[in-house]
Amino acid sequence: MALLALKEQLNVLLNSMFAEGLLDQQFQQLQMLQDGSSPGFVAEVITLFCEDSERILTELSKLLEQQVVDYQKVDAYVHQLKGSSASVGAQNVKLACAQFRQFYEENNKEGCIRALNVVKHEFYRVRNKFDNMFQLEQRIQAYDAKQQN
Amino acid sequence: MGSREVTGGGLWRRWWLNRTAIVVVWVATSMAIWVGLHWYIRRLSMRKAEEGLVSMCEERARMLQDQFAVSVNHVHALAILVSTFHYQKDPPSLDQETFADYTARTSFERPLLSGVAYAQRVFHSERELFESQQGWTIRTMKKEPSPVQDEYAPVIYSQETISYIGALDMMSGEEDRENILRARATGKAVLTSPFRLLGSNHLGVVLTFPVYRSDLSADATVEQRVEATAGYLGGAFDVESLVENLLRQLAGNQDLMVNVYDITNASKPLVMYGPQLPDGFVSLSHISMLDFGDPFRKHHMVCRYSKRPPVPLSAMTTPSGVFVICMLAGYILYAAWNRYDNVKEDCRKMEELKKQAEAADVAKSQFLATVSHEIRTPMNGVLGMLDMLLDTDLNSTQKDYAQTAQVCGKALISLINEVLDRAKIEAGKLELESVAFDLRSVLDDVISLFSAKSREKGIELAVYVSDRVPEVLLGDPGRFRQIITNLVGNSIKFTERGHIFVQVHLADHSNLVTDAKVDAGLNGHRDEARVVSIGTKYNTLSGLEAADSRNNWENFKLLLSYESTMLHAPENGMPYENSSDVVTLVVSVEDTGIGIPLLAQDRVFTPFMQADSSTSRNYGGTGIGLSISKCLVELMGGQINFVSRPHVGSTFTFTAVLKRATSSGTDARRDVSDNLPTCFKGAKAILVDRRPVRAAVTKYHLQRLGITVEPVSTVDLAVHALSVCNGSSTSGDGKHPFLFLIENDSWGSKEDVCLQEQLLERRNGYTADVPKVILLANSDAEKTKLSFSVDTVIMKPLRSSTVAACLQHALGMGLRPSKEKPNGPAGLHDLLVGKNILVVDDNKVNLRVAAGTLKKYGAKVECTESGKDALVILQMPHKFDACFMDVQMPEMDGFEATRQIRLMESKVNEQTKNGGTASEEGSTNTQWHLPILAMTADVIQATYEECMKCGMDGYVSKPFEEKQLHQAVAKVFLQGSSH
Repeated sequence: MALLALKEQLNVLLNSMFAEGLLDQQFQQLQMLQDGSSPGFVAEVITLFCEDSERILTELSKLLEQQVVDYQKVDAYVHQLKGSSASVGAQNVKLACAQFRQFYEENNKEGCIRALNVVKHEFYRVRNKFDNMFQLEQRIQAYDAKQQN
Repeated sequence: MGSREVTGGGLWRRWWLNRTAIVVVWVATSMAIWVGLHWYIRRLSMRKAEEGLVSMCEERARMLQDQFAVSVNHVHALAILVSTFHYQKDPPSLDQETFADYTARTSFERPLLSGVAYAQRVFHSERELFESQQGWTIRTMKKEPSPVQDEYAPVIYSQETISYIGALDMMSGEEDRENILRARATGKAVLTSPFRLLGSNHLGVVLTFPVYRSDLSADATVEQRVEATAGYLGGAFDVESLVENLLRQLAGNQDLMVNVYDITNASKPLVMYGPQLPDGFVSLSHISMLDFGDPFRKHHMVCRYSKRPPVPLSAMTTPSGVFVICMLAGYILYAAWNRYDNVKEDCRKMEELKKQAEAADVAKSQFLATVSHEIRTPMNGVLGMLDMLLDTDLNSTQKDYAQTAQVCGKALISLINEVLDRAKIEAGKLELESVAFDLRSVLDDVISLFSAKSREKGIELAVYVSDRVPEVLLGDPGRFRQIITNLVGNSIKFTERGHIFVQVHLADHSNLVTDAKVDAGLNGHRDEARVVSIGTKYNTLSGLEAADSRNNWENFKLLLSYESTMLHAPENGMPYENSSDVVTLVVSVEDTGIGIPLLAQDRVFTPFMQADSSTSRNYGGTGIGLSISKCLVELMGGQINFVSRPHVGSTFTFTAVLKRATSSGTDARRDVSDNLPTCFKGAKAILVDRRPVRAAVTKYHLQRLGITVEPVSTVDLAVHALSVCNGSSTSGDGKHPFLFLIENDSWGSKEDVCLQEQLLERRNGYTADVPKVILLANSDAEKTKLSFSVDTVIMKPLRSSTVAACLQHALGMGLRPSKEKPNGPAGLHDLLVGKNILVVDDNKVNLRVAAGTLKKYGAKVECTESGKDALVILQMPHKFDACFMDVQMPEMDGFEATRQIRLMESKVNEQTKNGGTASEEGSTNTQWHLPILAMTADVIQATYEECMKCGMDGYVSKPFEEKQLHQAVAKVFLQGSSH
């Protein structure tokens, strides 16, 4: 029963993530890719995404703190972040990146800082959810292992 | 055209000549007037001068004559004095001294005479005595002693001034002698002809008067006079100085030249005064006769102006002024005429332009009509083909594409039709079709057209068609749809909250109801000031007040009840139903929008007129819709009108006369109605809705599907009804699904729990017959909020076919087994299995995902994170069948990497080609060409072109999209295999 409850909880969590627009279809695609042959695929990708994104965000923060902003670098980072968020289906992050892009194309520093904050906000939100998700999954796996034993 | 121009030119030339001639004539006339006037004025002045001359001349003549006469008289008096004192006294008391003294003292009396003298008659016999008495000898004029004569007339007395003639014999001078003879014969004063006087050498005449010894009677004979003559008194008139003095006294002396002539001998006038040869102004002269008292001598005076009288200034100025005036008047006339001509010409041009514009307008309409038609014909072909294509066996993608194309095509056609309508309406030749159509499905279509918008705005959009309206009607569905679309479109545009409700009733009983309940405040104009009071609930679709109070629930209920009786009526043999072929529909579109401002209400139907200019700014639109609608309604034999209250809403109502489809009604029905599934026939449903109007609408839709509906107002009542039904229905119609529909706003947590319990109970008891709980939601938000606790959600606006689809889905019936897509993932799998693929992307996440995806399809994947690494890996020979390359990478981007790879390949190919010919073993050697697919996030044309330019084989979007991935991969691999 506890296993069922856990699974239910995971389901609700995922549903809410979809409902809130944190995730999109691409994540479903990812889930579909995960099968017997590659059990930890989603987790791997997500972890990669989180690490990468965090690095990019720190870089972006540094860039924007400087007096003269190197918009070309900003462009490269934001592009990368957008690409990876699109790949994992982190919809809100992707959209925030798109907005970010508008600002640095206008060379609008204040807008960039604001947009960066939005991106950060969205990223941390989705990362928290992901963390929750992984914990639940781990617990489910643990139960599975127990039952098999 | 050409000939007209020529004649126009001719006319122009003629007119020009005409004009020139007129100008010339006018100038000539003006000149003539000038000359005439000038001449007249000169003549006038000349006459005046002449008159002046005459009067001056006469004046001078008279004066001269008078003075002369005075002098003559005085000389006469002297003569008498001499006769008195010299002859009648003895011894004579007169001597030279006395005479001289007297004459000197009285000379003022004779201003004209230079002097007087007395000569005594002396016969030759008396000469000796006389000479001795006087003491001198008689001398001739030449101061010589006188020769012997019969008679002598020596001067004995003389005035001092002419004392030089003393003792001279007057008879010796020719002139004097003649004078003496004439004087003593006539006894009157006589004058000589003018001659140079002795002393002054002036021209002058000598006056001679006889002195008789005794008084003679008046009629004494010449002999008696000669006999009685004692001597002669003579005086010299110095005419020259005389006239000079005289003239000096008179005005105008300088201007006048005066000549005095002695014309005794008419043929040879003798000058007495003035220059011999007349000079000065000859042409104008006047002659005045002078009478100096000597009848034998005749004199006259000739006066003339010394200078030509000056031409008066007015003779120049007046005609010049007149000339100028004439010229001005001519110019004014000319300008006016010119202006008139210009205006006439302009007017003609305008007329022509107007004609052209009108022609262009007609041409435009015709052009629009023709072109629209020409576009419509091929478009119809396209649509028809699409229809046929849709009938063939298509996979979902293809079907989706084809349907999209069809929708677009239809939209285009409708646009063209609108343009065509305008043109046709303008040309006045719009014709209505008459085909069988299903009114309900037309309305459903219109509703679904606006469903997205209404959901977005949160507006209730609903359709209700009275059951009495026949299913199949004859008419023009397109036009009908157009009208409704226009009206609903307008309503949607101007409504932010509340509802839009389309109703269709038959005219006869709709009238019946309104007749029964005529509302005083029917026309919103009157109580427009009444604003919707918040909190008041109106019994309309959304609970908001509507402009036309006829549409409230009371009336609607009346209609419904009437309807239901009528529905049952045919069984009772009501003759009403089939009485006529003509069906008059009343369609009303009610909204709770901003309403139409009162000022704008009377020009709502005028083309291109919106309520005000700000409307088009805020809401867009051309303002042609309503006018087209009006035209169409009138063509359908109906009329359109509206009731609108600002801030409350508008209700547009129109009537349309359609025909009942008579023969082969069932066939027609099959053709025109969209095929609603019949699998729900006999099903039952409970509807929970607080609003009766909305319940009626829902009921209408479900009834069309054959579901019997029982509306209740609250969930509690529904539960109650459910339990009642439980006993009866489960035993009888157990096989029919039982539906439980709940309006969104009737749903609350409490009811929810209550219902859940009930349902659970049932589920435990009779598992076969669990009612499906269906929520009717208005917006996506509501849907997501509540979706987990119900079986399915139906989105408003309701539409029979959508409802049917949802129900089918919910009840799990009629679901076709979804065909496995032949070209789907399986195909991809076939293509990719066992292939070696290199994925190049700097983004680890992307790399991982891409790799994962490709692996899933059975490919063997290697990854690398930069273009440079890729180059290293791809050194010939390599094992890869394909490469997925990210476009945007640091250091070396996808384009550059691809270029390098292609360069490498071509080098190797060159070598093998050369080497092959040398070794002759490379016959099976294929050319190196690694398929490279670009991965890009934004697929735009420019990117695509860039890809192709640098030698890529295709591109896929990132993240992978199955369809597209398949397409690209298939293209690459199938092409490769065909090589």
